Amino acid sequence: MQAAETTARTRLLRKSKKWNSEFRGKLIVMSAALVIILSTLSITIFLTVKGIQSFITGDVGIIEFLTSTNWNPTAENPQFGAFSFIFGSLAVTLLSAIIAGPLGIAGAIFMIEIAPSWGRRALQPVIELLVGIPSVVYGFIALTVVVPFIRNTVGGTGYSLLAGVIVLSVMILPTITSIATDAIRSQPEDLRDGAYALGATRWQMIRKVILPAAKPALFTAIILGMARAFGEALAVQMVIGNVRNLPSGILDPSATLTSIITLNMGHTTYGSAENNTLWSMGLVLLAISFIFILIIRYLSTRRNA
Amino acid sequence: MKKTKLFILIACLFATIGLLAACGGGSKDSSSNNGNAESKENSKDEDKGNSGSLAISGSSAMQPLVAAAAEEFKSKNPDADIQVNAGGSGTGLSEVSEGTVDIGNSDVFAEEKDGIPADKLTDHKVAVVGMAPVVHPEAGVEDIKKEDLKKVFTGKIKNWKELGGKDQKIVLVNRPDSSGTRATFVKYGLDNETPAEGVTEDSSNTVKKIISETEGAIGYLAFSYLTDDTVKALSVDGVKADDENVQSGKFPIWAYQHSYTKGEPDGLAKEFLDFMMSDDIQEGLMKEQGYIPASKMEVERDAEGKQTEKK
Repeated sequence: MQAAETTARTRLLRKSKKWNSEFRGKLIVMSAALVIILSTLSITIFLTVKGIQSFITGDVGIIEFLTSTNWNPTAENPQFGAFSFIFGSLAVTLLSAIIAGPLGIAGAIFMIEIAPSWGRRALQPVIELLVGIPSVVYGFIALTVVVPFIRNTVGGTGYSLLAGVIVLSVMILPTITSIATDAIRSQPEDLRDGAYALGATRWQMIRKVILPAAKPALFTAIILGMARAFGEALAVQMVIGNVRNLPSGILDPSATLTSIITLNMGHTTYGSAENNTLWSMGLVLLAISFIFILIIRYLSTRRNA
Repeated sequence: MKKTKLFILIACLFATIGLLAACGGGSKDSSSNNGNAESKENSKDEDKGNSGSLAISGSSAMQPLVAAAAEEFKSKNPDADIQVNAGGSGTGLSEVSEGTVDIGNSDVFAEEKDGIPADKLTDHKVAVVGMAPVVHPEAGVEDIKKEDLKKVFTGKIKNWKELGGKDQKIVLVNRPDSSGTRATFVKYGLDNETPAEGVTEDSSNTVKKIISETEGAIGYLAFSYLTDDTVKALSVDGVKADDENVQSGKFPIWAYQHSYTKGEPDGLAKEFLDFMMSDDIQEGLMKEQGYIPASKMEVERDAEGKQTEKK
């Protein structure tokens, strides 16, 4: 066996052409990997350097930035408290996950367990289409449909946390559904057969066997959806109202980190205190995204164990 | 078999892209007065007019005007290459003081922005833009006293009926803190009083849409957006919000559209700015796009906001 392997090896290596192509392939994939790693690293470093600028120059203290709700960048004594926006970002993210999570997982169950043939044929293209719709279109539709709807049915101006949550729920639905679908499909057939053999009905099988087994992967699906919701700027900015006050209810307008950054970035001058605090908000976004990724890593290691 | 399919697919893709590009090129040709191809041929024969390249960035409100002017300039000087980007006044000012671009457009004075060496920049006031308080057409109010305007925007007056209008709650539509439109409106419309919180949007089109759809809404828009009946501009203290009243200095809420250069402009930048100030552009293009020609102003203003008769 050993001998056969070495001869094969030497035979392959002898032909310099083969070896060349081997080396070339290795070079291509290695440089691709290097580009990915380097770009991620450099973005992180750049954002960190820019983001801590406002704390170094003393425009604002880090505690004040993270906890104060006073945002008054153009006042005589400018104040840069970003808590309202951090809160707004987290609120829309969590609420949209609460709506889109169960919906997406239920859709996945339907597609795999209930109606594998036509359900999949109907739902799959719909989900793929949802992914393909640009976020500005989501925002524009929401501005034209969701906002007036809220205004006419529940009152207020319609520009609210709720409008943002509705848009984001639709936007993250495809992410959650497709990952949940993979998770449920990858559960071994033996689990299903075993459950049926013990006399379980289909619903019992899904609820007691498949869902618990797929739980870590389903959480990963929801958290990936949340990561997308957290970073979304355009669609949310169009409907959430962008006020600096802390919302007291779901019908109050609010603002997110991303919407404040996109609204103000172009107007501020490089190196000014306000511009620096916008970078700091970007850093906060990155930090929270890292936390999402850490949670996903933790969940997936638990799944493998 | 598989390979042929792939090949056909890729070929189709390229064909589509090519077709789109051709369409884009075609419309561009027809929009400029002289055909592009024609003028390019001319330029090969003899070097006429100005050549070189010019980078312009800044205020997104000014971008359409400057881009249209650049298009006309290019049709007269086919060798000139002018790139006009939007990105916001802050970006324009930052980039021109760094020297990244040749001209930085801004709708506020450089002195009003932090971190900009205003003394190193030369101001060219190319146009003036008037801004009016704008309401939903059914608010039932035509004219507003400046004192009342302040009370509305600071949240002291909460219902239109207090001003003789409909019994309808007032909804404020603001701009972001750093926006030049907001700065102008707060300075000259509200005498620097801080507006209360309301829906905040950056794009004038979105603001217009919100005001037209929300009953009781009030916001502020540049005159160039007041082209139809979906929103209604209020007169302030009995002075109608129109070009004549801004030119004579009777209507207070207006701002210069600045083009800044680092130091005195020379070469192509100077040629282009002169072109912007020429009667051709000031009387023609600016009026078309809803701006007020800077050359027609009877009053002028300095960075502190002091208004004086033009000499």
